[in-house]
Amino acid sequence: MDRRSLVVLSAGLGQPSSSRLLADRLAASAVDALRGRDVEVDVTVVEIRDVARDLADHLVANATTPALRSALDAVATADAVVAVTPVFAASYSGLFKTFVDALDRDALTEVPVVVGATAGTQRHSLVLEHAMRPLFAHLRALVLPTAVFAAPEDWGGEQGVSGDALSTRVDRAAGQLADVVAARPARRPRDPFDDAPSFADLLSGR
Amino acid sequence: MQFGVFTVGDVTPDPTTGRTPTEGERIAAMVAIARKAEEVGLDVFATGEHHNEPFVPSSPTTLLGYVAAQTERLLLSTAVTLITTNDPVKIAEDYAMLQHLAGGRVDLTMGRGNTGPVYPWFGKDIRDGIPLAVENYALLRRLWTEDVVDWEGRFRTPLQSFTSTPRPLDGVPPFVWHGSIRSPEIAEQAAYYGDGFFANHIFWPKEHFIRLVDFYRRRYEHYGHGRADQAVVGLGGQVFVRKNSQDAVREFRPYFDNAPVYGHGPSLEEFTEQTPLTVGSPQEVIDKTLTFREHFGDYQRQLFLIDHAGLPLDVVLEQMEILGSEVVPVLRREMDLMRPAHVPDAPTHASRTAARDAATAGLGAPEPATAATVA
Repeated sequence: MDRRSLVVLSAGLGQPSSSRLLADRLAASAVDALRGRDVEVDVTVVEIRDVARDLADHLVANATTPALRSALDAVATADAVVAVTPVFAASYSGLFKTFVDALDRDALTEVPVVVGATAGTQRHSLVLEHAMRPLFAHLRALVLPTAVFAAPEDWGGEQGVSGDALSTRVDRAAGQLADVVAARPARRPRDPFDDAPSFADLLSGR
Repeated sequence: MQFGVFTVGDVTPDPTTGRTPTEGERIAAMVAIARKAEEVGLDVFATGEHHNEPFVPSSPTTLLGYVAAQTERLLLSTAVTLITTNDPVKIAEDYAMLQHLAGGRVDLTMGRGNTGPVYPWFGKDIRDGIPLAVENYALLRRLWTEDVVDWEGRFRTPLQSFTSTPRPLDGVPPFVWHGSIRSPEIAEQAAYYGDGFFANHIFWPKEHFIRLVDFYRRRYEHYGHGRADQAVVGLGGQVFVRKNSQDAVREFRPYFDNAPVYGHGPSLEEFTEQTPLTVGSPQEVIDKTLTFREHFGDYQRQLFLIDHAGLPLDVVLEQMEILGSEVVPVLRREMDLMRPAHVPDAPTHASRTAARDAATAGLGAPEPATAATVA
């Protein structure tokens, strides 16, 4: 059986948070869908709130704590990512963006990503399309077509007020993720030392 | 093993008094620090190079030339010389001149500089940082080792029949270190030429720097300059020392909390745990510095940052007294005891001249026979 790594990125602040709840549902569904395609998944959860102070230190002092380093490395080596943020002021939260800012430029290049968001009202649902999707497009990630938004009523409703039930949307997104991940070889993360150019190349300007 | 201090030359208000030194006071303080370095038995004084406020040392060879005249034994160096935005021709000339005036007590550490606007101020582009460092340094070496240079490159006007003057002292250019905190390309450059590699590891967790230094050592061996453990490594460090640890912490905390670069970020306790910063007693500084050797292998140069963040000169000079009397002699003894015989000291003008002479003598021996054959 093949193995792949899935990193679950949640920027929820409450404990428990609805962002984490949504992220966990997406991850569980992705694990099931991949198992159905003969792929075993190692799931790593990154709760961004746990490195919130580390991120502030990273910004102002250029210091990367071991905890932040391991969170960034997890993303930079992941075969797939589920990223969920609460909606703050009509966009992803500042903390979520701060974590993304700390990623290396190539950390998510061509990595399949499912984006999700939670908010107090469904009026924010397009945050996924006008904020999350362009952000990950900028990082050259493969953002899956289905993005999942959860408003309060989604956690209770059998059928969403406007469209499919949350579980249906979660499974659709996870299925799309599984199709892409199963079809791709495991990621070989770029290593700045192993991949360093030889000096002959540097000298000749290559 | 060489021990010394390096200064970035920041003009920073003393957070305990609110007083900002004048540029003149700061420059005079840098000279006093250099003189104190020689007085207390340190080996090296290195100055930064900056072209933006709040930093004063824009003209390192002026400063180092002045210090050279007031010292006899101290090795004068840079931390760092901007190989990207300086004209390599001017670096070749300035440092050869300094070498003559200082009787060979000169080496340099090349760095790229990380202040975005400085590049355009000097007609360059920060995105060309690595290519600039590679091309400029390749030219600098030729200017120092070849009497007449024809050259054409991407970043500078071509040279035809150019001789950089004065020629290096005794025909032996200053030893060069390459400083980098991130880029394997610069470690590769240092390894390729058999130059030194200086890792100012004072900010990031050590794991990154261990990889960087190991990479340099591995590539140094690959290029045939010697074994990996014979590569020439220098490390940064940052200390504040008092007889009692608690006094050191109490006195340094306001400077730490308000320091440029890392102030208002991690706590003093977190920073000392995760970086080389030591705030404490002489024994704590000794113990922490000895761990550098465990992480990076036997190395050749240890420079401490001691004068930034608005620390007043008298405090800095007290720090140097303690370093010179209680810290460095112990470190020197311990490091020398642990270093295997085949691991060399850092090169000096004397050792490089001797090595050059030995090589020339070795090559020279067969010459008469060759000449006779030709005749």
